[in-house]
Amino acid sequence: MSTNNNEGIIILRDVHKWYGDFHVLRGVSFSMHTGEVLVICGPSGSGKSTCIRTINRLEDHQKGQIIVDGIELTNDLRNIEAIRRDVGMVFQQFNLFPHLTVLQNVSLAPFWVLKMKKSKAEEIALQLLERVGIPDQADKYPGQLSGGQQQRVAIARALAMSPKIMLFDEPTSALDPEMIKEVLDVMKELARSGMTMIVVTHEMGFAREVADRIIFFDYGQIVEENTPEDFFHNPQHERTKLFLSQILDY
Amino acid sequence: MDETRKRSHTYGDDELPPPIERIPVLRWLKENLFSSWFNAILTVVFTVFIVVLLLGLGKWALGARWEVIPANLKLLLVGTYPLEDIWRIWTTLYLISFLVGSAGGSRGGLMRQISMTIAIVSVVLAILPFGLMTRGWILGMGASTGIGFLLGHFGKRFRRYKHIEIGLWVLSLPVTIMLVNGISGLLPVVEGRNSWGLMLNIIGAIVGIALSFPIGILLALGRRSELPAIRLICTAYIEIIRGVPLITLLFMASIMLQLLLPSNVRPDLLIRAMMTITAFEAAYMAENVRGGLQAIPKGQYEAANAVGLNKLLTTTLIIMPQALRLVIPAIVGQFISLFMDTTLFGFIAILELLHISRSIMGNVQWRGTIFELYVFIGVVFWLACYSMSYISRRIEKSLGVGER
Ligand SMILES: Nc1ncnc2c1ncn2[C@@H]1O[C@H](COP(=O)(O)OP(=O)(O)OP(=O)(O)O)[C@@H](O)[C@H]1O
Ligand SMILES: [Mg+2]
Repeated sequence: MSTNNNEGIIILRDVHKWYGDFHVLRGVSFSMHTGEVLVICGPSGSGKSTCIRTINRLEDHQKGQIIVDGIELTNDLRNIEAIRRDVGMVFQQFNLFPHLTVLQNVSLAPFWVLKMKKSKAEEIALQLLERVGIPDQADKYPGQLSGGQQQRVAIARALAMSPKIMLFDEPTSALDPEMIKEVLDVMKELARSGMTMIVVTHEMGFAREVADRIIFFDYGQIVEENTPEDFFHNPQHERTKLFLSQILDY
Repeated sequence: MDETRKRSHTYGDDELPPPIERIPVLRWLKENLFSSWFNAILTVVFTVFIVVLLLGLGKWALGARWEVIPANLKLLLVGTYPLEDIWRIWTTLYLISFLVGSAGGSRGGLMRQISMTIAIVSVVLAILPFGLMTRGWILGMGASTGIGFLLGHFGKRFRRYKHIEIGLWVLSLPVTIMLVNGISGLLPVVEGRNSWGLMLNIIGAIVGIALSFPIGILLALGRRSELPAIRLICTAYIEIIRGVPLITLLFMASIMLQLLLPSNVRPDLLIRAMMTITAFEAAYMAENVRGGLQAIPKGQYEAANAVGLNKLLTTTLIIMPQALRLVIPAIVGQFISLFMDTTLFGFIAILELLHISRSIMGNVQWRGTIFELYVFIGVVFWLACYSMSYISRRIEKSLGVGER
């Protein structure tokens, strides 16, 4: 799409954000290339959610540069809409549309945003529901599904726009233990298929198995950026060691 | 049906049927009505009171001059609408019952139930001793419902049919008004439209509902707009209107506009009244809708944005349907009070049902029939309002499928 592509599909340069006086992001910089899986972890309130939400502009940043697929994020509405078409997002609380069936949830955006034919959009939706393992739930409403099923619908809904990048904000944190695996399995399959992914999670097993890189966040800054191998066995910073000992002991 | 299926369920070894509690009548009476001396006295006193009341009411009802109703039925229902033009009202009713029938045939559910009701009621009414002509007209309504039903039933297999139906519904309001009122050039305009009895309540309510609903939605959105100017205008409008009683606004519309505007641009009194009730109800509608909007979690906006929906689509596809569903009871309650508020038209010399009855009471021939007429008015309003709340409950239930 543009010359910046060879530098990376996502580039953050010295990104700052404030909520009022509160400095949430304090100079975050990283970049990702296509097909990479990045896991972000860190203590609660450290700004992980805020950081990935700036990437599809659910939050704006006040300083620095964010370039997604060659487009710089500014207040320009056209850029924001273009980027949101290319970036899918999965939320901790699923955020499915409760008044629409599963099939409608998934086919809505392709029909209205990509102007696909209804039959085509539904066909794609059914294929995606098959892919996330719940083709038989298409006509139910979200409220009739288990948490794990709802989150898989949410993944299918994001994938229906054929995004180039997928953002996951603690996708398994609201789930009962026995449902976590079914969602992680879908995400692993997605990673293997070559999707560019940023995953905020505390599922260290997933990070170890799937991530290409792990970023450790604290106080709105990247404290450590490392390969999974080194992150777990040879962490560089005291803060990371402490965090790992807490989370792994537990 | 369900009962028997449950009963035929066979219980496993460690499974027990729920204990069945049978309370004999005498025990129920003792527990609920005579549990102490004080309660026993209360029960006796109120029983006597209710019996006396019912006896008195029964005696009055038997001796009442109910003939005042049939003798003035035409006046009560359509007021001074000229007899030779009555066919226009029937034609309108035929159109509507046809549309209802068609929706019942193509969609089933609630609409089918309403079509059935129309058909049954029209047959029952046709048995009553009206004139032959009237009976014919009434039966025709059942017939047009039936024709609509059949057409809908067989038409629904065509993909466009339901779209056409919706288009016809939208058109039905202006067509109705043109038919009943006349339109210069096509149909002679009917005069004296300020004394059309119950028809004015119904037209006033329908116009009020059809216009105040969308305007209210826009006002609610405006009040939450990011543009300060729009927000200010909408908020000011809502708060000012809500601070003034409807009757005051009606008087202002009837008298002040007359003083302020030159006589050649002054809209008809009835139109002014309808504009006023619309403007009034829209403000309340806006607040109801806003209540619904506020209950929608932020995550819904975020999810909609994240899949690329723009503001307009987010509002119309995601937010508004959920918000409106939450406030259906409040909205229907408002429609009901709007319908009853149309009786206030009487105070600005528009003779709707209530005030046209008062002119009957003033007639020497019908002196002393006040109660009979008020009972009739009460029954008419109760029927209309109860149907509305029944329909709202049905809609709520059918929309509640799979709610969180
Ligand atoms: N809309 C907001 N207004 C003000 N402060 C906010 C807002 N959203 C988040 N914050 C604050 O910003 C900080 C970072 O929040 P964020 O949600 O990004 O943290 P997080 O790392 O995702 O934490 P968690 O693991 O609990 O999800 C927190 O201290 C939070 O209280
Ligand atoms: Mg978070």
